[in-house]
Amino acid sequence: MIIHQLSVFLENKSGRITEALEALGEENIRITALSVADTVEFGILRLIVSDPEKARELLKKNNFTVNLTEVISVMAPNEARYYAKVLKILSDQDISVEYTYAFSVGDKSIIILRCSNTDEAIKALKSHEMELLKASDLYKI
Amino acid sequence: MSEIVRVHASSGTTGKPTVVGYTRSDIAVWSEVIARTLTAAGANRHDFIQIAYGYGLFTGGLGLHYGGEKIGASVIPISGGNTTRQIQLMHDFGSTVLACTPSYALFLSEAIEESGIKREDLKLRVGVFGAEPWTENMRREIEDKLRIKAIDIYGLSEVIGPGVASECLLQDGLHINEDHFYPEIIDPVTLKVLAPGSTGELVFTTITKEGLPLLRYRTRDLTRLNYERCKCGRTLVRMEKCLGRSDDMLIIRGVNLFPSQVETVLLEMSEIKPHYLLIVDRLNNLDTLELKVEVDEAFFQDKISQLEALRQKLQTNLESALGLGIKVTLVEPKMIERSEGKAKRVIDKRKF
Repeated sequence: MIIHQLSVFLENKSGRITEALEALGEENIRITALSVADTVEFGILRLIVSDPEKARELLKKNNFTVNLTEVISVMAPNEARYYAKVLKILSDQDISVEYTYAFSVGDKSIIILRCSNTDEAIKALKSHEMELLKASDLYKI
Repeated sequence: MSEIVRVHASSGTTGKPTVVGYTRSDIAVWSEVIARTLTAAGANRHDFIQIAYGYGLFTGGLGLHYGGEKIGASVIPISGGNTTRQIQLMHDFGSTVLACTPSYALFLSEAIEESGIKREDLKLRVGVFGAEPWTENMRREIEDKLRIKAIDIYGLSEVIGPGVASECLLQDGLHINEDHFYPEIIDPVTLKVLAPGSTGELVFTTITKEGLPLLRYRTRDLTRLNYERCKCGRTLVRMEKCLGRSDDMLIIRGVNLFPSQVETVLLEMSEIKPHYLLIVDRLNNLDTLELKVEVDEAFFQDKISQLEALRQKLQTNLESALGLGIKVTLVEPKMIERSEGKAKRVIDKRKF
């Protein structure tokens, strides 16, 4: 249930995301999801890709600072109340969400969550019968 | 001039290069003091000495070269730069002694890590590093990464080049070859000689030099002399590691700042690699100070809050150590230019 997301440290400089993606393009890495967190001076590029280990190597080879981060993914109808429900389940268990992002496929929403405690989060969501996606499911989208 | 058999020139970091001339006897003295330097570092005729100091007008390469030959070691005159080749030769020839600048030693250690050559396959045992200021922390990092003993050597072209002073294996101060170069410590303002043990500017009077004899030559280096006998048995006076050249000293908003102070703070925070660049500028008649530091994988977390906390901690530590406001910027690894000679640590954009 744990998905390995790539996190890449970026300076706030034009062209850096392009360069990161070009590096991944060298080996035809497929990207399922992407989000960018930014501050005035630096940002973090977060990616879910088909082959995280290989992608990490490619980025490292191109002098990027990369980490693999554990995230989880939930599939729910793409209506606000379902997203709210997911977050409520976690907050009821005192699990904090460090960040989250989502995208839609048809009428479904794929929610990515980085939680303070990944294992606890999985347990809580499962007990409420939420549909958790495996890494292999995500890469197929 | 007919007695001069060689000319060298200083690297010219402070402006125009200074040219120095050597007579045949000066070259012999130089070989002698470098032979002492290498011997104090534990080198002997069975060693392979890889000289990665630049050859040419710079005194580093040829200075070490003649001393290396004098002790009967096998000298590899590879000169500076060409890192891939340095590592290849280090491996193939089984170099046991490395001579270069400390920043290049650090650069080499990273390149060795990336080259795929295993440390066990290298025979490197000791390094003789000098020609730029470096800190104790930087020494520890070089010793850890290269798994060698890192020996500090000191010299300046005007006096002779490398070979003026050097550490023994006890690494407790640099033995000055005072039978050739007589040291005194003066007050840089009053120019008066200070009592033994005081900290001040180091000046040298040469005793045996012919080409360019010097009388109380001001080195601009701030240090202290220790006249106690060293446990290694040498009776030569020892100088402490220099605080940095006063030429490197920046005056920011009236406060004196040495780049080595910044380095010390950086290395205390172990998560950060010591690759940094200080940028001084003047905006609206006010000096500004910015530090760019490279972020490496060891501490990179995917949370903005943690990165921001680290940046903040660094900024706070620096401000308290320097007594100056400073802006800290985190940059990607390898964004700061690596040096193959003297490290560029400071960019001063102010126009006076």
